[in-house]
Amino acid sequence: MSAAPLDSKQEILERIRKAVDSVGNRAAEYAAIPREYRREGAMAAEAKMELFAARLYDYGTSVYRCTTAQIADAVAQALSARRRTGIVVAHGVPASWLPENFEFVEDDGLSYTALDASNGVLTGCELAVAFTGTIILRHGPGQPRRAVTLVPDYHLCVVRAQQVAETLPEAIRRVEEFRSTPLTTISGPSATSDIEMTRVKGVHGPRTLDVVLVS
Amino acid sequence: MNVTLFITCYNDTLFPATGKAVVAVLERLGHTVDFPQAQTCCGQMHYNTGYQNDARHMMMHFLKVFRDAEIVCVPSASCVAMMREHFPKMAAAMPDAAVGRDVTAMLPRVYEFCELLVDKLRSVDTGATFPHTVTLHSTCHSLRGTKIGERPLQLLRAVRGLSYVELPQADQCCGFGGTFSIKNADVSAALLSDKVRAILDTQAEVCTAVDNSCLMHIGGALSRQRAGVRCLHLAEILASTSGEPA
Amino acid sequence: MSVRVGKAAEAPTFAQAARGMLGNAQLRHNVRHATDVIRARRAHAVGETADWQQLRDSARAIKDHVLRHLDTYLEQFETACKAAGGKVHWARDADEANTAIVDIIRSHGGTEVIKVKTMTSDETGLNPALEAAGITPIETDLADLIIQLGADKPSHIVVPALHRNKAEIRRLFMEKMQLPELGERAEDLAGAARRYLRERFLRVPVGLSGANFAIAESGSLCVVESEGNGRMCLSLPKVLVSLVGIEKIIPTFGDLEVFLQLLGRSATGERMNPYNSIWSGVTAGDGPQEFHVVLLDNGRTGVLTEPETRPTLACIRCGACLNICPVYRQTGGHAYGSIYAGPIGAILTPQLQSMKHSQSLPFASTLCGACYEVCPVKIDIPEILLHLRNKVVKSGGAPLAERLAMRFAARAFKNGGRLESAQKLVRIAQKPYVHSGSIERLPGMLANWTQFRDLAAVPAESFRQWWAARQNKEKK
Ligand code: SF4
Repeated sequence: MSAAPLDSKQEILERIRKAVDSVGNRAAEYAAIPREYRREGAMAAEAKMELFAARLYDYGTSVYRCTTAQIADAVAQALSARRRTGIVVAHGVPASWLPENFEFVEDDGLSYTALDASNGVLTGCELAVAFTGTIILRHGPGQPRRAVTLVPDYHLCVVRAQQVAETLPEAIRRVEEFRSTPLTTISGPSATSDIEMTRVKGVHGPRTLDVVLVS
Repeated sequence: MNVTLFITCYNDTLFPATGKAVVAVLERLGHTVDFPQAQTCCGQMHYNTGYQNDARHMMMHFLKVFRDAEIVCVPSASCVAMMREHFPKMAAAMPDAAVGRDVTAMLPRVYEFCELLVDKLRSVDTGATFPHTVTLHSTCHSLRGTKIGERPLQLLRAVRGLSYVELPQADQCCGFGGTFSIKNADVSAALLSDKVRAILDTQAEVCTAVDNSCLMHIGGALSRQRAGVRCLHLAEILASTSGEPA
Repeated sequence: MSVRVGKAAEAPTFAQAARGMLGNAQLRHNVRHATDVIRARRAHAVGETADWQQLRDSARAIKDHVLRHLDTYLEQFETACKAAGGKVHWARDADEANTAIVDIIRSHGGTEVIKVKTMTSDETGLNPALEAAGITPIETDLADLIIQLGADKPSHIVVPALHRNKAEIRRLFMEKMQLPELGERAEDLAGAARRYLRERFLRVPVGLSGANFAIAESGSLCVVESEGNGRMCLSLPKVLVSLVGIEKIIPTFGDLEVFLQLLGRSATGERMNPYNSIWSGVTAGDGPQEFHVVLLDNGRTGVLTEPETRPTLACIRCGACLNICPVYRQTGGHAYGSIYAGPIGAILTPQLQSMKHSQSLPFASTLCGACYEVCPVKIDIPEILLHLRNKVVKSGGAPLAERLAMRFAARAFKNGGRLESAQKLVRIAQKPYVHSGSIERLPGMLANWTQFRDLAAVPAESFRQWWAARQNKEKK
């Protein structure tokens, strides 16, 4: 490495130090930041699930509600409704979620082209937020890779009741321990309003998102 | 009550009728009005155009002239906003801490005309008669600077014979902006034409507001277009009676 | 030093540029429509958020705190990012940033790069620098693609192509993407972009992004987007470079709980924008295996210097102030001569250039205060505009006629007697111009007024004269 970048760093830091007198205890100051916004939800479990489902409907997502024992059936139902005979299965999906009579392809490092040509992908998730209708995916070892949740045109995601937080602050606190692994939040399918403010659903990500919601 | 009038420089010079109307309303309601001849300007034009040093002198002069006033009545929301928003900051930047104390002591006694009537004097009904169709432009400084909100409407509703029509997008800036109207004349005119269109659409005979500055701008366009719509400061409507109509 | 904001230093004054824009009916229609739509959506999304004001308060407090300790947080970010396998570069100005980026791409023999919307790269003029180095930048945000294919300029922070209509975009796509046929609906156009870009997403090995937030404690970046092009550029290439302004730092991952709630609602009126990507360094077996962050100053440390202007750096680029601004709504973004338009542009662009250029921008506002009211980080933009106006005046940047008029007025306002004399003087001076109580034409600077509006003549008797006469009468 040449010496120049180091100089830039020192100079920028110097300029900052000259501009502000950062005296005062930083940690104490940070701790004193007011946080009067809502940090805890107050909803009963079922109301929370209904809110989450309603938000997903808002986004044009089909929601299949079921019990743990019915996950495979719900997956089959979703796939049939979308006329899919098979789908890619991401890391972390238990075999018990997979119904009979469909063709499932394990993601063992499929190429982008293969993902592009696939019929969609089935994943779980890390968490969800009811108030905003958000699904949070965690990537990294044992988890779906980012590409597999992105390149296919159809995403079927299984969300379990205990994963649904009411507010974003609750969810953020729950995923905090994974802050160093890649995270993706999804709130509805991709969308653009770039052309005359007409909302078009589905640009580059999966154009269709369905959710199996397990209570 | 004894009310000291700060007429503001442009009302004094350009819109004396507004000042007379304020006096008429207050006296009709049984109050006495006082007008210190030494008064000039709150400093708004200079401050907003970047001449803050000059504005500081005007603030000092204002503080001196109105030091002993019990209640200061200002028929201009933007001047009141100037005092409330910028006097404390200007004072804080001055070496003499006494100025800051003077400002703090002064501000609670300063009332925009509608505030004075509604909050302090509790006279929503001023006994006015004005048998015309009126629309109200909510000036930016009445909405955001002073937050006088619904008060002008409350006062208008109590006027006999007045029929009120709501101005669509009443909270949109008319494009005056002080020296903005000169420095960015084209944009100012574009905003103005939207405002004028909205006013004409209401079919009102009169457009009122609590700032003559905006009304001077709007009225100038209505006059240029020979639109036949009058602009009147709210005080002039409230002063109007069947004996002495505005 | 080559601090610059795109080509803002060469731009005409706001008033000059605005005049041209005002004559463009299509542009004005589009801007009006777009801002109306976003404003309504925002109002709805904000309305259903009961703790909106509390979120704003926290956001501002966090930003103020970061800016006071920016040196420490930047170093913390660097350490954490490096520990996660990222490389960190520091750039004092636009050229340094561009050179660093070109070098990284060249070291991989890259000839193409896929880009996610980054205003910072427009600020540094990265695309021309890449092209000069033989590297083709491919914009992937739909609006940016429209701008790039049309060799056009962005006109809004969040929806940069709002000045273009469907028919224009269709024509452009057919020509540049070589499509003999293309439908007319927005869906068809978005579909064309999907096909055009997909092949590039899957093939091009270098990605370039900005960041909405840089998290000091974990060295992570967060990119907020809607279309999925961001996720593509951030996770498919082998090499990723992110150009990040030093003010984008937030202390902790937990602070996202504030900003993510504010940004989507303010920017597009969504409860949450469709996609957020958060990552730190590199992750084995997933995403780019080489990751660079370029931390950019380019005038920001200058903005930091004054407590009055410092809040400018709290901006999260949501665009809400543009959408609400009555001036922006008339002119659109191009009049501001900078990638940063509207109220935030009016304060940011001149400051980044140390107030040496773009001096007309602080005056491009009626001071109506709407921007402050909507800003999710509570930047008192009117206050900063006033501060900058004062700077322009102090540095002698105001026109002579204005200075003289202000001096005349200041003298008149010294006491009541002087004001009365000045009133008399004006009454005499106006005589040649008054016709039946009204003035329709004035000379000089004031012609700007009478060009569009009449001016009621100064009446024969001022209020103070009337009052004095009344007092006299009473005494008698
Ligand atoms: S100044 Fe405030 S409202 Fe304007 S873009 Fe920045 S954050 Fe948004």
